[in-house]
Amino acid sequence: MARTPGGPADVLRQIPMILAKDLLIEWRARSRAFALACFALTLLLLFSFAVGADAATLRAHAGAYLWMSVLLSSTLLLAQSLQHEVEGGALDTLTLAPVSPAALFYGKALANAAQLVLLTAVALPPVIALFDAPVKEPLGLLVLVSVLGCAGVAAPGTLYAALTARLASKQLLLPLLLFPLIVPCLLASVKATSLLMSGDPMGQVGSWLGLLLAFDVLYWSLCGLLFGRVIAA
Amino acid sequence: MGSEGAAADRLLSWDRVSLVIGLLLLIVGHYQGLFVAPAEAMMGDVGRILYVHVPTAWACMLVYTACFVFAGLALWSGKGKWDAAMEASAEVGVLYNALLLIQGSLWARPTWGVFWTWDPRLTTSAIVLVLFVGVLVLRRVITEPERRLNLGSIAAVLAYAGVPIVYFSVKWWRTLHQPFSSPATVSDSFITPLRLAAFGMIFLGIGLIGLRWRALRREVERELSAPALPAALPTLELGQRGPGGAA
Repeated sequence: MARTPGGPADVLRQIPMILAKDLLIEWRARSRAFALACFALTLLLLFSFAVGADAATLRAHAGAYLWMSVLLSSTLLLAQSLQHEVEGGALDTLTLAPVSPAALFYGKALANAAQLVLLTAVALPPVIALFDAPVKEPLGLLVLVSVLGCAGVAAPGTLYAALTARLASKQLLLPLLLFPLIVPCLLASVKATSLLMSGDPMGQVGSWLGLLLAFDVLYWSLCGLLFGRVIAA
Repeated sequence: MGSEGAAADRLLSWDRVSLVIGLLLLIVGHYQGLFVAPAEAMMGDVGRILYVHVPTAWACMLVYTACFVFAGLALWSGKGKWDAAMEASAEVGVLYNALLLIQGSLWARPTWGVFWTWDPRLTTSAIVLVLFVGVLVLRRVITEPERRLNLGSIAAVLAYAGVPIVYFSVKWWRTLHQPFSSPATVSDSFITPLRLAAFGMIFLGIGLIGLRWRALRREVERELSAPALPAALPTLELGQRGPGGAA
């Protein structure tokens, strides 16, 4: 008798497969990732042009520029992650295959989060150089903030990308739905990054990391539960 | 079918009753707030916005909570009536939320000196407004009723996650905004007009949701019960005759 797919063991076994599949697709189309990194760097330059040549202001807001460039670039990445599945009919095939929707969500969201972390790592050195904002606290903490912040964008972002993938106005709807939702995540990421860059004598980073962790736990759970309905619809 | 529809209309006339009760409570409550209750010790007459603003905020939270519950019921049951109730409550929530921000801005100008400041309570309230506007826009874009029910409800559930953040924002962040308001935090002489206005806004909200629900429910249920279009419409080859004999 065939075992019903969807148990916890199956989900855990399927997640790395979906993750590897998505990362392989992105690796094969790495010129797209390069274009995305260029877009993020262009945004960093635009912020500095918009604010002006005041070095102190630019340094004070370096964390905000980093996260805004990652956030604006993320909509392109997130939309793309579902677009090639929809265009090729692969999503329909995946839903017909004995793959749990939860595994599909967590695999795709992890792949998106990994790419966003990579994008943050690419954008960070130019931020430090352009805005003269060296990291004064341990770099490991900044890595942790990046991982938690990107995970916070990736979970609802993957769900909303799936939700809008087949709609006519998807380019408009994805940021309209996603950006307001992730404001707490953006706020915590910016504050924590700014504190790590300017120094944190009062030890405030911990509370922002706590908020990021709470946001991640909430949305990784909620979106994992709802993803099956989105795909079915 | 006709008598069934009329019976449904009669059963749902609670919305009109609720609307009238709400308006009466608001008239009495605001009369008391404006002319009977004493002026606030620090702000003077400007403080009387308490009787408009705080009840709007409470009612707005309740309407969004109702929207969340209706979205959950629509997802669970797949029934059009809950989908219509979700949309109706999202619309009323957006209306109350917009009123809340306008009232707050009118109060902020004489009190803080500006119409708007990037205070956590104000900012999170504006974000929730945009979240639910997004839900309504999403519903307008989707034409297939079943997909609209599912995706619209999921978006509403996710949007509701912002509501507790608004509520707790005055506790979590340093803010210019007053902490939680309740009858326990105001003078005894303010309690009656505040309660009357609060129940007025709640009954008004129930009435508005009911009115919109009736209109939307017919539309949604008609769409959900309509036979699905065939995947591909039959096409006539050039020169082939159709069923009526026309070429």
